[in-house]
Amino acid sequence: MTARPEITITVNGIAHTRAVDPRLLLSDFLRHELGLTGTHVGCEHGVCGACTILLDGRSARSCLLLAVQLDGAAIETVESLGTLERLGRVQEAFRSHHALQCGFCTPGFLMTITDMLRHHPLESDAEIREALSGNICRCTGYEHIVNAVRELARERGPLK
Amino acid sequence: MTVPPKSADAAVELRPKLVGQRIKRTEDPRLLTGSGRYVDDIALPGMLHVAVRRSDQPHARILSIDVGEAFSIPGVLAIFDARDIEADILPAIPTSRMDGYYATPIRPLAQDKVRYAGEPVVAVVAESRYAAEDALEQITIAYEPLPFAIRQVDAVEPGAPLLHAEAGSNVIIARQFQRGDVDAAIAAAPLVVRGRFRMTRKTAVPMENRSYLADWDKRRRALTLHTSSNIPGIVRDVLADCLDLPGNRLRVVAPDVGGSFGGKGSLNHEEMLVCVLAKKLERAVKFTADRMEDLTAMSQAFDELIDAELAVDAEGRLLGLRADVIGDIGAYSIYPWTGALEPVQVVSFLPGPYRMEHYRGRVRGVLTPKPPTGPYRGVGRPSSTFAMERLIDMAARRLGLDPVEIRRRNLVTAEEFPYRTGSGIIWDKSAFQECLDGACADYPALVQARDAARAEGRLVGIGLASYAELTGIGSRIAVAPGMPINTGTETAAIRIDATGAVTAAFGISSHGQGLETTLAQIVADELGCRFEDVEIQHGDSDLVPMGTGTYASRSAVLGGGAATKSARVVKTKVLKAAAHLMDVPMEDLEAENGLIRARSSNAVLTFKEVARAVYSQMGRIPYDQREDLVAEETYDPYLGTASASTHLAMVEVDRDTFGVTVTHFVVAEDCGRIINPLIVEGQVHGAVAQGIGAALLEEVVHDDEGQLLTASLADYLVPVATNMPPIGIVHIEADLPNNLGGFRGMGEGGTIGAPAAIANAISDALSPVGIEIDTLPATPERLFRLVEAAKARMARDKPAE
Repeated sequence: MTARPEITITVNGIAHTRAVDPRLLLSDFLRHELGLTGTHVGCEHGVCGACTILLDGRSARSCLLLAVQLDGAAIETVESLGTLERLGRVQEAFRSHHALQCGFCTPGFLMTITDMLRHHPLESDAEIREALSGNICRCTGYEHIVNAVRELARERGPLK
Repeated sequence: MTVPPKSADAAVELRPKLVGQRIKRTEDPRLLTGSGRYVDDIALPGMLHVAVRRSDQPHARILSIDVGEAFSIPGVLAIFDARDIEADILPAIPTSRMDGYYATPIRPLAQDKVRYAGEPVVAVVAESRYAAEDALEQITIAYEPLPFAIRQVDAVEPGAPLLHAEAGSNVIIARQFQRGDVDAAIAAAPLVVRGRFRMTRKTAVPMENRSYLADWDKRRRALTLHTSSNIPGIVRDVLADCLDLPGNRLRVVAPDVGGSFGGKGSLNHEEMLVCVLAKKLERAVKFTADRMEDLTAMSQAFDELIDAELAVDAEGRLLGLRADVIGDIGAYSIYPWTGALEPVQVVSFLPGPYRMEHYRGRVRGVLTPKPPTGPYRGVGRPSSTFAMERLIDMAARRLGLDPVEIRRRNLVTAEEFPYRTGSGIIWDKSAFQECLDGACADYPALVQARDAARAEGRLVGIGLASYAELTGIGSRIAVAPGMPINTGTETAAIRIDATGAVTAAFGISSHGQGLETTLAQIVADELGCRFEDVEIQHGDSDLVPMGTGTYASRSAVLGGGAATKSARVVKTKVLKAAAHLMDVPMEDLEAENGLIRARSSNAVLTFKEVARAVYSQMGRIPYDQREDLVAEETYDPYLGTASASTHLAMVEVDRDTFGVTVTHFVVAEDCGRIINPLIVEGQVHGAVAQGIGAALLEEVVHDDEGQLLTASLADYLVPVATNMPPIGIVHIEADLPNNLGGFRGMGEGGTIGAPAAIANAISDALSPVGIEIDTLPATPERLFRLVEAAKARMARDKPAE
């Protein structure tokens, strides 16, 4: 059998050291090794965006990454954004705009938007839609998501 | 914009407070924080994983199965084919009362023969999904290929190779609806327009793939199935028979479910499989489909060929419609809906919301080696609306009539209700004309903009689609024709416990619709308790004796009606108890926002105080009058409600790429009393997005060898944010329907109207070259070919110089 290299990955600020199969996907590592089931798997071929996480601060598909390649990396997942009692700002905007229905794609959208708000101007609806176009939502038709992001981008103001 | 009701309906006794408000959803905090619990999130001690080897043949006899070195892979525990489980589970039989119908048995694994590429054949059980998938590669299945007809036009022919020899024919469904003398009407009509219309095969693509987890409790000899289903009650009832387990030892739970749109609304092979394996192995067994498996083997939709002819008089009045429909139902009739669900609805709804005397709609459902068709948002009506609305626009163009005007002349008016269509559907109390007006408020300005764009040489068009649908159907008609399960009732069990907490349990099964919020709004209003004190439970077969789930735009009407009935009974019990406690007549009491007040005094009791007195404080209520604060009532709307809408689309076709951009979209809809406008708007947006997908992008393609060509989301395209225009919504609340609460179903409508409206808009945009869209999706390739053909036709017809 293949060797199981030991890696250390920091997830939501906590360092985890594990021996992993080289072929273990990051999405499966998060869900099944760490029990962080907020990250969802929708296609396992990098199209739908449901599994989006932040890798060293930028959005990435956890189904297209192997855990073994991420020794020393910092990952942020939806679990880092807020709690049931105290939603984070992006989560709160999603709730007040009814930007989710079944909730399955939602964690991926929240992580993508967290990245986009940090790095992209998002000055027009066209830019917002472009920023969201790597994530598939089958329930909302995107309009309420666009409304939520527009509010968040206005609140943030121009990028520094 | 909301148009106020024309008249208050006496049947509506609500004094709404929460109903009608934009309440934020109760479901959201858990779903937003990653604390949702979908089936694949559940891990049980000792849980095993199943991977499925699927047929790579469309039609073949299984000669042998060789597992090779599969057991040498660490973690592989067991391998099963159909013979190994035959004695443990009976097939599910999707029976029907239809004449001439053949019910194809549904088994967990293919027995003797495979009938579509993707059908489950062998199951590997292992300690991890990784190991189970490794083992699949070791297995060799020898097949003897059998002949097949992959296209429905070939499969209906008398000499076609049979997919189920026992059926004696590939045609297992044949129905006809008829009124008047349509042949005479067509023969005598001043104008007849005709076409062969087709919405190609489609699939639902909920973002959560199907997932099933069965757990066998040795001690109780009981099975719990966790399933990503929107019909847990139906699944419980059928599996109880298949597994010979009574309902008190078989529990089917649908936890958080990541969308369905119909795709999770039928019994699935793998759902049966995990149950039988868990029982055999006495372990928890999980199957989670990957996207390729769902695209390959989840139920699919549409795929009818509709030959239709519409006769109109010189003023554009509809005289008669004649249609012949062949529905490609795939390899099996699905449980419980049967293969009749989709194609028969097409001929039921073809006459649309229009006044028209003569009609004949003939339909055949034919078996082909593809996954079965099943419920999908809109069921039959996207295709019927597409065909009818295209014919109406074709007639209008020939007569030089405006598309708005021809609809205005033919939509059934309020004075004509109740109106029976040529297929026997009764339309009543629905805002057909008002929806047309509502959608067309900006029509003159849009026409001006279109004409200006055309003058610049751009291909811009406007399209309309009007339709009506039956929603919240009661016991008078089955949701699928001839189907022997009861889809006409729902039950709500409401109880106030000794702590004063309110629990309302339902047989419906929310999977994104927000029913935990909307039903709590209704319960709180009816009971007079606080919204936050109501816990809604659903998606669990143990909650009520029988409940079939959430489908067919029924849950607001049936669940809301059951909630209302039960809440009223409980409220009466609360007030009776409070009357004893406060020593005032019951009639003097009112309950609001968790407080019970006497009108004649300042006395106030909370629900909690009443509950404590009833349950925990002996002697406070006379012993012979004490009643538990519970009720379990069932609601049957009997006829159901009609929901109506008009959609307006404006599109631009790119002259170089033939890509279509939807630039403007308006929906005017009448869904009766709105429980929560936020949720209604979300449903309309989402349904329209799926309609735009059906119109422009989404297509399941099987090649002539029966192989799927669209097995990834890079090949089966669904709309993303950049495909969608902002959607204008005009709520029209006309004459309320007679059901309790006055709600109408509205979850599916957007998908019914949008494809037709867009097809009409594209046809309008391409009218300078005389193109009438007859096939959806209108992909760039299809449009390119149509335009090339039209150019060739025009060159040929041009008189030689």
